[in-house]
Amino acid sequence: MTNGPRIQPHAIQEITTHTSTPDILANAQRDRERYGLDDVFIVDVDSHHSELASWPEIISYVEDPVLRDTAEQMMLHRPLAGKMALSSYDPGLALQDAGARIPHQSNLAEPIPPGDDHRDVELARRAMDAMSIDVQVVFPQPMLGIGLHPDPTIAVPLLKAYNRWFVEHILPKDPRIKSLIALPFEDPQACLETVHLYGDNPDVLGFMVTSQRHAGVHRNEYMRLYAELEERGLPLGFHAGPSWKDTMTSTMNRFLSVHAMSFVTCNMTHMTNWIINGLPERFPNLKVIWIESGLAWIPFMMQRLDHEYLMRQSEAPLLRQLPSDYIRQMYHTSQPLEVTDMKLLESTFTAMNAQDSLLYASDWPHWDFDLPSRIMNLPFLDRDAKLNILGGNARKLFGL
Amino acid sequence: MAISARPVAPDIVVARSTDVLEGRRHLVAVDDVHLGLFRFRGKLYAYENACPHMGGPVCQDRMVDGVLERIEDDRTSRGMTFDEDDPHVVCPWHGFEFRITTGEHAGFSKIRLRSFPVTEDGGEIRVRL
Repeated sequence: MTNGPRIQPHAIQEITTHTSTPDILANAQRDRERYGLDDVFIVDVDSHHSELASWPEIISYVEDPVLRDTAEQMMLHRPLAGKMALSSYDPGLALQDAGARIPHQSNLAEPIPPGDDHRDVELARRAMDAMSIDVQVVFPQPMLGIGLHPDPTIAVPLLKAYNRWFVEHILPKDPRIKSLIALPFEDPQACLETVHLYGDNPDVLGFMVTSQRHAGVHRNEYMRLYAELEERGLPLGFHAGPSWKDTMTSTMNRFLSVHAMSFVTCNMTHMTNWIINGLPERFPNLKVIWIESGLAWIPFMMQRLDHEYLMRQSEAPLLRQLPSDYIRQMYHTSQPLEVTDMKLLESTFTAMNAQDSLLYASDWPHWDFDLPSRIMNLPFLDRDAKLNILGGNARKLFGL
Repeated sequence: MAISARPVAPDIVVARSTDVLEGRRHLVAVDDVHLGLFRFRGKLYAYENACPHMGGPVCQDRMVDGVLERIEDDRTSRGMTFDEDDPHVVCPWHGFEFRITTGEHAGFSKIRLRSFPVTEDGGEIRVRL
């Protein structure tokens, strides 16, 4: 008698929004074994939970009684406002799941048994376990667009409420979960208060500016904020976000186009203002992280800003180095890593000194997430560089 | 000196014909190899359930017809439509989209699914791994 192969119908014939995270990511087990990821320290510097499932709870944290009542009445009387009241959610972003082709972008609706912790904590644990991640920096999703809210008198208290809720209900529930707390950037004083409130929390690795389009990061009123962060040794992140309402994207007719350009130009704008106004010279010890724009734009920015600066030095008198030198001293997160031209990618890594400054990010559960194997299978990196990018650089930056 | 022929792996019965209905798919594990079986207009196709992009479970997501853009003779666009002759399967991880009838990425044919010869006889579906 011979032993033939074991044939079994697959337990999950189709992945839907109700499929569990371990099942969605089951194929990642191959990478885990192939690259020995369980023995690698991996820090995921950009991932998300969905605060919409907890919207009524978050609204209960809004301090302003009139605004809170407005939101509660919206949730009560407007059938679609239960998870969105007061938010500035852009309907165009609903196209992210590519017509329900990418279910985990649409929703993570898997059943979670009742327990002591919030559902989002368990979802984060499942993602970390599936991807062999040791520490995960968790951000909100729709609230990342708070910088695009048309009314700062709503945006600021809403973000403050979310931050309080997040720090109470998500952040302390698992030692692997960390965050860069979002700043209510429209209000510099509120930014400072946010740093004072959470800056000593050991699970708060730093702070970040979200999808902001309308504030010049070099404006004088932000200097106290930067000084405070520098003094505390806390990094400042810029998490890019898309908008269909940018002057440039307003002509675009496909989400693909908006997504390709809008994240990148968001970070390009702030980086240009940051460098040309000499902020790296004014705050030499403030660590800056550019989050979620891939890497392909970075060598362009290096050459473009160097080229312009050399001809117009008088417009950037604070600079003591070339713009590209400052870029090289900053941190970038890896996702979404563009890999269609490996030689270009290798040159990009070299130009930005990626082995000492790049931070792995998954962006899970978004549609364009990257697994740790994205870094492990890059052919031009040695093992030390891979380990730096997957976790070593983050360990140094955040003191983990 | 004789040249020995490469041994041919035997065909393996992986499913019954009724497991893969017209226009549908059936996922099956053969030891560690996970396969997606598809039937379109009577013909069977078998692909490994691993996306060439990042290894995602490519056979487990939506099956959806390919999308065409309707361009008139004057080269103006008249919007999108589905191509019922070109069914696709989509990788749920990142949306990579493959032609079920060829295994090619729908927009870049150099990227393709790993396919296996598949036969059907006597109500049984056999695959050669």
